[in-house]
Amino acid sequence: MARLLLDFSVPLRAFDLELTLPVERTVALVGPSGAGKTSVLRVVAGLLQPARGGVSLGGAPWDALPPEERSVGFVFQDYALFPHMSVRANVAYAGPVGDLLERFRIAHLADARPRELSGGERQRVALARALARNPAVLLLDEPLAALDAHTKSEVRGELHDLLRDLALPTLLVTHDYEDAASLADEVGVLVDGRLRQLAAPAELVARPSDAFVASFTGANLLRGRARRGDLTEIVLESGERVFSTDEGDGEVGVVVYPWEISLARAHADDADSALNVIRGEIGSVVEVGNRVRVRIGPVTAEVTASSAERLALAGGGIAYATFKATGTRLVPL
Amino acid sequence: MIKRIPVFAVALVGLAFIALPIVAVFARLSLRGISSSIVTDALVVSLKTTFVAQALVLAVGTPMAYVLATHRFRGRSLVVTLVELPIVLPPAVAGIGLLAAFGRFGLLHTGLPFTQAAVVVAVAFVSGPLYVRQAIAAFEGVDETLVAASRTLGAGRTKTFFRVVVPLARGGLGAGEALAFARGLGEFGATIMFAGSLQGVTQTLPLAVYAEFAVDFHTAVALGGLLVLVSALLLLTLKWLASSSTSAFRFALSTSS
Repeated sequence: MARLLLDFSVPLRAFDLELTLPVERTVALVGPSGAGKTSVLRVVAGLLQPARGGVSLGGAPWDALPPEERSVGFVFQDYALFPHMSVRANVAYAGPVGDLLERFRIAHLADARPRELSGGERQRVALARALARNPAVLLLDEPLAALDAHTKSEVRGELHDLLRDLALPTLLVTHDYEDAASLADEVGVLVDGRLRQLAAPAELVARPSDAFVASFTGANLLRGRARRGDLTEIVLESGERVFSTDEGDGEVGVVVYPWEISLARAHADDADSALNVIRGEIGSVVEVGNRVRVRIGPVTAEVTASSAERLALAGGGIAYATFKATGTRLVPL
Repeated sequence: MIKRIPVFAVALVGLAFIALPIVAVFARLSLRGISSSIVTDALVVSLKTTFVAQALVLAVGTPMAYVLATHRFRGRSLVVTLVELPIVLPPAVAGIGLLAAFGRFGLLHTGLPFTQAAVVVAVAFVSGPLYVRQAIAAFEGVDETLVAASRTLGAGRTKTFFRVVVPLARGGLGAGEALAFARGLGEFGATIMFAGSLQGVTQTLPLAVYAEFAVDFHTAVALGGLLVLVSALLLLTLKWLASSSTSAFRFALSTSS
């Protein structure tokens, strides 16, 4: 499998997009909207000319090639199906149809127009069409954003299997960290045109390089002032003290993931110093599948549905969020 | 003090006002008029020059409109205004302009005036901008993402233009061309100044109506009847296209005329 290499800079409206990124398997670019994610895909596809550098596949530069001569399968955010063509004609536009309609379970829709299809069906047509030209590289722009929550988890599973089977260098762009983590081998966090961190999803959660990466991956971020000691002691802005096994000094962000936090209704007084406790009012309580996300003061915790019921969280009031010093990371602010 | 405006009576008067001249043309129509060679000659000249002129308008106007719709450059709005200018220009000014450009004492000094080719040029000059203006709007309405998608799917600029851009813009293109066709068929002022009114060569149907009305009223009425029929046919075709085509077509029709 040839390696796709991105190395370019493009002036965008508010900032310069500067990127050096090797893509061997599936790489997801995540970041807030307006970070330049889609522009990256457009440069690879030849739709946007970089001011410096370019893209190469297996060492062969693509810079002089117009879009139609670059071997990419581009799935656009809203799928960009041709409205005046049937499903079959859309796929055939790019190359031989072969068994693509059967493979993507759209054979029964062959004569339908795109406007007659559901979101999930449109996405399958867009994928089939992108693969019809037998591309060497796959580009996916927010492949799951246009789907409703119910369809999304199912399609996410299908897409994961498809990417694994295709084994192509794939660059996908999403604003949703969970989508990125479940689909990609590596996740790159793009902010204001710069890559903040590129790592495997587990690595990104275990060692976020900065406060933005941490909060983007779903962590709680507590601001405070750290003082070195046996354990690092951090005085939070609220005045509460927490401890971390990470080393730090001065202004820091304390990173703790929702699943590291457990909840109690009463404060255990004999707590050892390695156990952090934050007291707070119960805010929002949201069910996510078989888990419940609860807001306690400044932090969000994730607990099982049964313990949420046992603690009667829905009733509101005061609760204690506890997490171990080993469950925290310190990042510079 | 008026208690109630008699709307139905007003509407009836308006309707009669519009219908009367059209009905009158057919009421005064006689066989003697239709059989005149002036009528057949004018019909042939009109059809021939209109079709050649519209073919030119489509062949040159389409790429021209596409370039103007897809490129942003300094002075673009000035260029677009220039293209639209013949639409509002008095036909006599168009005629004198064409003579000043292509006439014997003109800038380019050609032998074009008072030939059948001059009719084609006059019709194209006056009607072309109607098509180009509409075509620019139609091309601007084509989703850029679809054009980009076509390119990434392996289609070059030409294939993309004919398989994606033109089909998606066809409603607006059709409406613009229908308007240009109707305007070209009725062209009078610029043609009579630049091409003259020579039977069988440059005398189109509208020119023949004018030439005959003082000489032979029956022939003039027959020519008028013929123009009413051709125009009505055109209008019906337009409406049929509008009802069977995309909403873009209806939009283009309702905003342009």
